[in-house]
Amino acid sequence: MYTQIYNLIFKRNSTFVATVFASTFLFQVGLDETVTSWYEARNKGKLWSDLKPKILAGFESEEDDE
Amino acid sequence: MFSQFGSALKHGARSFSTAAKSDVSSNTKKIVNAAVAATGLTAAFILYQDSQTAQAMTAAEHGLHPPEFNWSHNGMFDTFDHASIRRGFQVYREVCAACHSLDRIAWRNLVGVSHTNSEAKAMAEEFEYDDEPDDEGNPKKRPGKLADYIPGPYANEQAARAANQGALPPDLSLIVKARHGAADYIFALLTGYPDEPPAGVTLPVGANYNPYFPGGSIAMGRVLFDDLVEYEDGTPATTSQMAKDVSTFLNWTSEPEHDERKRLGAKALIVVTALYFVSVYVKKFKWTTIKHRKIVYHPPKK
Repeated sequence: MYTQIYNLIFKRNSTFVATVFASTFLFQVGLDETVTSWYEARNKGKLWSDLKPKILAGFESEEDDE
Repeated sequence: MFSQFGSALKHGARSFSTAAKSDVSSNTKKIVNAAVAATGLTAAFILYQDSQTAQAMTAAEHGLHPPEFNWSHNGMFDTFDHASIRRGFQVYREVCAACHSLDRIAWRNLVGVSHTNSEAKAMAEEFEYDDEPDDEGNPKKRPGKLADYIPGPYANEQAARAANQGALPPDLSLIVKARHGAADYIFALLTGYPDEPPAGVTLPVGANYNPYFPGGSIAMGRVLFDDLVEYEDGTPATTSQMAKDVSTFLNWTSEPEHDERKRLGAKALIVVTALYFVSVYVKKFKWTTIKHRKIVYHPPKK
């Protein structure tokens, strides 16, 4: 197992650097997705994405509520 | 080093006390005591006299400090309330824009924040902007585009002053950043007009009293009254609701990067915290040989 990983990734500098770049890219995407979904869940109801459907519906549903 | 210093002090004190016995007479002591007393009493008298009058740099001069309000965007990771920004823009358009410009906000800035693309385009087209001259060199006008900046009510500063008895309504683009108390100040100012100025306050002609405005005398009168605008989402347009919405809107115009900044701040905190612990580990790893070595001294045998 360890030998396999060593032979595949760490043995050659080219594969090692490629692994670093690829994992950086994936980590960045993952972190961004996680933080954004948490941030939007935390601020739910205040965001533009919550406001836009109401504008497009002409605020009809909200007036019906009141 | 410190022990040396301490012994020197002790030595000095001893030599001083022995010297004092012989050299300092009781008369000298009296003179020193009298001088200390005179200095202290004079200082106290001057401070007391100074406290009897307060003209400049008083609370009235600085304006009343606004209370801190519980804005929904106050927290470290809290975004603006975009529905409030939209209502605030409506208040700006219908009330504030009569006197105040908003030079640094273009129509395109509203897209995706408070208005849809087509709404912002429609609003921009209501205004005429200078176009390139035609083939004969005559100036032309064209309807506004998304890239145009929101036009102000006056052509220039002189026109603004002439229309407002010499007072210049400030541009509101960065007003929240430009005033102490930020959005709290804007809200307190808009809702803080008393019915009557307090007794003893004399105002210049055309000025109004507002305790939150530095000096108390402000050229702008109270502008927000209940039900002045009609909100499309059915929110009751009370004075404080309109003041809250327009303060939120002006906070957005000052800090349009606000929501994205806080999101990136959360990311940065996570990454930097992780890197901190990595650096702690690396330091311990690199130092471990030095920290765990043992230096042994074998004295030479005679």
